[in-house]
Amino acid sequence: MLAHTIFFYFFSIITIGSALMVIVSKNTVHAVFFLILDFISVGCLFIMIGAEFLGMIMLIVYVGAVAVLFLFVVMMLNVAEQKQSWFRGLKSTHIPVGLIVSIIILSEILVVIGGWKYKTKLISTDSIVIDSSFSNTHQLGSVLYTDYIYLFQIAGIILLLSMIGAIVLTFRKREGVKKQSYINQVSRERATSITVVEADFNVGVKIDD
Amino acid sequence: MINIELGHYLTLGGIIFLLGVVGIFLNRKNIIVILMSVELILLSVNINLVAFSIYSNEITGQIFTFFILTVAAAEAAIGLAIIVSYYRNKGSIRVQDINEMKG
Repeated sequence: MLAHTIFFYFFSIITIGSALMVIVSKNTVHAVFFLILDFISVGCLFIMIGAEFLGMIMLIVYVGAVAVLFLFVVMMLNVAEQKQSWFRGLKSTHIPVGLIVSIIILSEILVVIGGWKYKTKLISTDSIVIDSSFSNTHQLGSVLYTDYIYLFQIAGIILLLSMIGAIVLTFRKREGVKKQSYINQVSRERATSITVVEADFNVGVKIDD
Repeated sequence: MINIELGHYLTLGGIIFLLGVVGIFLNRKNIIVILMSVELILLSVNINLVAFSIYSNEITGQIFTFFILTVAAAEAAIGLAIIVSYYRNKGSIRVQDINEMKG
């Protein structure tokens, strides 16, 4: 139990510190690096409390796909050196409002967590019975592909849509690049491609006159 | 303090959520950092769902974490695609310069 405590504090301190660094870093590339650190430490926390499959997915999806996508865009757009001067120029009027909203949200969260102590007991949900001798991945799979199959397929459709949307948004036709056009090739007809010319004897045909 | 319970994880989720909100409010220059703050907020929701799932011995929370992850990945892809195409058209993605819609 003590090891659990030590690891929890270790990972959560890294998580909070790197989340703080994400929002205060001057350099956007550094912010992405801290975001990656954040995802990794949350993945470690998930593995630690027994959701090992989600911890691994966290590494694969967030670190492997989302954070790399961010890094790619930051490097491609050359905006890494845009300075964020909110902590130097304090003339902005957003800071007090932001702080007030944040403090209110924090107090609400604390009230909710405090109220949790006086709850009698957790609602026992017997709707889905899981054999607890299975591993975490096995449990997830046995529920995900049976009870939540429609949501699973909708998630697939969402990913497909976002893929198509990203391609459509960033696709650009360039001028002056020679490219094969299937539609032009296939839709070519005799009438538009050849002309039959009557040639006079001993005179021949002049082309492009 | 020594025994880690549900409240500790919820507090961690709350702090991460709060840092995400503060990031959105305070970063008035860089839209990519705002997108990263949205990712932080989604992450905190994931922490809450997994903690509840483990401590109440119910697998459904982890299932829903999957779907949140899916939506987060889709949202990052679409958001970054919009940013790229905006940068290509306007040459700048500073938040102050994005005022075409007079919002």
